[in-house]
Amino acid sequence: MEFFKFKKSIPFMKHALWFNVISFLTFLLAIFFLWKNGLHLSIEFTGGAVMEVKYAQAVEPDKIRTTLDSAGITGAEVIKFGSAQDILVRLPLPTAANQTQNNAMEALKGRVMTALNAADKSAELKRMEFVGSAVGKELAYDGSLALLAVCIGIMIYLAIRFEWRFAVATIIANLHDVIIILGFFAFFQWEFSLPVLAAVLAILGYSVNESVVVFDRARENFRKMRKATTPEIFDAAITGTISRTIITHGTTQMMVIAMLILGGPTLHYFALALTIGICFGIYSSVLVACPIANYLGVSREDFVKPVKKDGEPEVISAQP
Amino acid sequence: MNKYPAWKYVLIIGALIVAFLYTVPNLFGESPAVQVSGLRTNKVDAGLQTRVADVLKTANLSNEGVELQGETLRVKFKNADTQFKGRDAIQAALGEGYVAALFNLSNSPAWLTKINALPMYLGLDLRGGVHFLMQVDMKAAIDKAVDRYLGESRALLRDKKIFYSGISRDGNNVVLRFKERAEADKARKELNAQFADLAIRDTNQGEEVVITLTMKPETVFKLQEAALQQNITALRKRVNELGVSEPIVQQQGLDRILIQLAGVTDPTRAKDVIGRTATLEFRMVAEEHAAGGRSFEQFRNEPAPFNTEKMIGSSGEVVIVRKQVIVTGDKVTDAQPGFDTQQGNRPNVTVRLDGAGGRAMTLATRENVGKNMAVILIEKGKPEVLSWPTIQSELGATFQITGISSSLEAKNLALLMRAGALAAPMEIIEERTIGPSLGAENIEKGKNSLLFGFALITIFMVIYYSLFGVVSVVSLAANLLFLIALLSMLQATLTLPGIAAIALTLGMAIDANVLINERIREELRNGMSPQMAIQAGYERALDTIIDSNITTLIAGLALLIWGSGPVRGFAVVHCLGILTSIFSAVMVSRGIVNVIYGGKKKITMLSIGNVKWAKAAKA
Repeated sequence: MEFFKFKKSIPFMKHALWFNVISFLTFLLAIFFLWKNGLHLSIEFTGGAVMEVKYAQAVEPDKIRTTLDSAGITGAEVIKFGSAQDILVRLPLPTAANQTQNNAMEALKGRVMTALNAADKSAELKRMEFVGSAVGKELAYDGSLALLAVCIGIMIYLAIRFEWRFAVATIIANLHDVIIILGFFAFFQWEFSLPVLAAVLAILGYSVNESVVVFDRARENFRKMRKATTPEIFDAAITGTISRTIITHGTTQMMVIAMLILGGPTLHYFALALTIGICFGIYSSVLVACPIANYLGVSREDFVKPVKKDGEPEVISAQP
Repeated sequence: MNKYPAWKYVLIIGALIVAFLYTVPNLFGESPAVQVSGLRTNKVDAGLQTRVADVLKTANLSNEGVELQGETLRVKFKNADTQFKGRDAIQAALGEGYVAALFNLSNSPAWLTKINALPMYLGLDLRGGVHFLMQVDMKAAIDKAVDRYLGESRALLRDKKIFYSGISRDGNNVVLRFKERAEADKARKELNAQFADLAIRDTNQGEEVVITLTMKPETVFKLQEAALQQNITALRKRVNELGVSEPIVQQQGLDRILIQLAGVTDPTRAKDVIGRTATLEFRMVAEEHAAGGRSFEQFRNEPAPFNTEKMIGSSGEVVIVRKQVIVTGDKVTDAQPGFDTQQGNRPNVTVRLDGAGGRAMTLATRENVGKNMAVILIEKGKPEVLSWPTIQSELGATFQITGISSSLEAKNLALLMRAGALAAPMEIIEERTIGPSLGAENIEKGKNSLLFGFALITIFMVIYYSLFGVVSVVSLAANLLFLIALLSMLQATLTLPGIAAIALTLGMAIDANVLINERIREELRNGMSPQMAIQAGYERALDTIIDSNITTLIAGLALLIWGSGPVRGFAVVHCLGILTSIFSAVMVSRGIVNVIYGGKKKITMLSIGNVKWAKAAKA
């Protein structure tokens, strides 16, 4: 079986401007929604409490919200969690006047459960998490530090492996993915939790690889195809690697789909972030990174000079 | 060509066998069990073993034998129902000196346990339990220390008869004022000798000489470290009484303590125990009631006399103590076991009190030399007299408790005195409770998505790459085996994000095989012979595989360093998975291909899916 049979290079670079316009617009949209809606951060980042409550029969979140409202508990957010019997109640951090945050939270939890049990006896607390405000700030800080470290680490690696123009092109292309993933989370107001952050960083490390493959092939082509222009070389490189790019991402996506369907609510957003990252990763690491490298002025001289001795015999054998 | 030397096959097969052995314990599942451990000095031994076995026999509870393991007894039961009944029966029979806890014991055979092949260590989100993160208030610990230095330096100056015009606290410094230079110099000499851990400097302010005592940075650091360790010790002791089989109480960062109690589902009770402040009290023994040859034993079944209290000593004796408290445990700054060199090396405990405690102690003991003082630990509202030594002389801020029979007893007494009070107050800043059924659901969901994803990949790879697809899937399965074996060996905590990382890593690992297979196809299309194509395919794909794994590893390591909680669980598995995937994708799959194709001299075709279209185009 074989999906991709290209006899000629596809002129990707001819349409590079279009791709860039599309990316730029999506990127702007993502920034806009991040600015307008902000991320719906989980309590791990904001501090507060979540309670997972199981009922014997299906329940309506709206009804529970009314129950809580009438019990005088304000600011609670109630959503379905997985099945129709499970709900998730998110509570903001209570203002602790003369007691510790935890004690205030404990009291609030008691009031919530009393109210829920009064309305429906089958309400059972399955999970409860409480995070103080100090922890959340640290997590957000550590998360951004990790993102920065990944970017710097990858750029150093690529600069050593190739040269700085490729490093810059790759990191721009992949950061654009990260912003777009975050944009999706802001637009749909999906919950951004720690596992989602892990997914974003993992996918960043993963899709950088696609740019590496394409650039690797471009370097090879620079040596082999002496008469070709830089765009032609990128076209040939992209066409030559597109099959494996799509297949490897496809197989990874199979695992992710399994998690999306069967992983339950906890893994749902994790898998969703991965899905967006994988789809945009294919697109951006190839169709965004290559044009950027081109604009930055990558040329044959950057590659052929230091490796002339190795390059020579291949050119000769390619002639007849 | 395409033959591995024998040692490479041996390496691969050896690695597979070891991986298999360490993966197997995960397949046996677990049985409900009860663990019995002794509190304080109560020992678990063969005698207790027969006692527990008898208790279960009389209660008619079928079990699979009582095992003595280290300092605990373990009883395996057939089902959760007998487990519960068994726990209650054992607890009732053994009383308060022992704790019987519910837990799950692995069913894997004993010989596997002997080679340390244990099932993966499951995190709380997979087995249920409570999780607390406690913040230690270091400012309070430093406050306490500064107060102590203030008291001690005042006592020192008074003791040495050095005249000072003022002593006060300024932030975290102690400030001493002197009218005359000579007195200040004398004071400085004495202070230098007593407080090696303080930075001492003097300045002239108008007429006065001012000496400032400041804690050195390393002293502050040591103090915080000690406060944290003492709180951890205190928490461990308390947590032990909850009867949790494998409690985790560990330091996290510089000023936090993590507590994880698997199997506990009621955080309120856990919090009661953890948040309890056991108090330590020093009181006078009411000797007058034991005068004239009578002993306190007469009060065993009688009410205590007026203004006194009846308490039980550590070896079961009755002690009558006064109601007035001399000093409470929060005044104890340190208690260390040691030896009394002057009196024939007998074990003792050196107790240090803070300034206020020292003064109270001096006042109370001045009049009572020759009488007994009781050291009382009050926990859960129940007092216990740890020791009631005789007062040899007027006591100050630092004194010794002697007449202790063994060095072990001295060690225990010092520990109890230290652990009785927390070094610094703590607050719960993070709390998680996960019900046990939720844990089981999470395992099920993680497992199902892993299997389903694996099946999808298998179907695709076999259809797309034929025999080479089969090889890829087999090496992917080997990767899963290696990863689980490694996680079991390291006993790294597996969480739900960890399971997700296994799935994701496998999804990414198949990458390497796709790369290799695509490369072989390409070489075939370029007209290489099948054997050459295999060789070239594996070799040329290696660079790309290493590239891809290095960038992924950079991300994984960053998550490991800066991640916390669920992210770290993810990162550990992710990083390990990247390492195992390089080995299995390159070595294992090549090994299998070599076995299939390596021996044959002439192969006209490789079973790697369709590559003919390219040749047809050329022809």
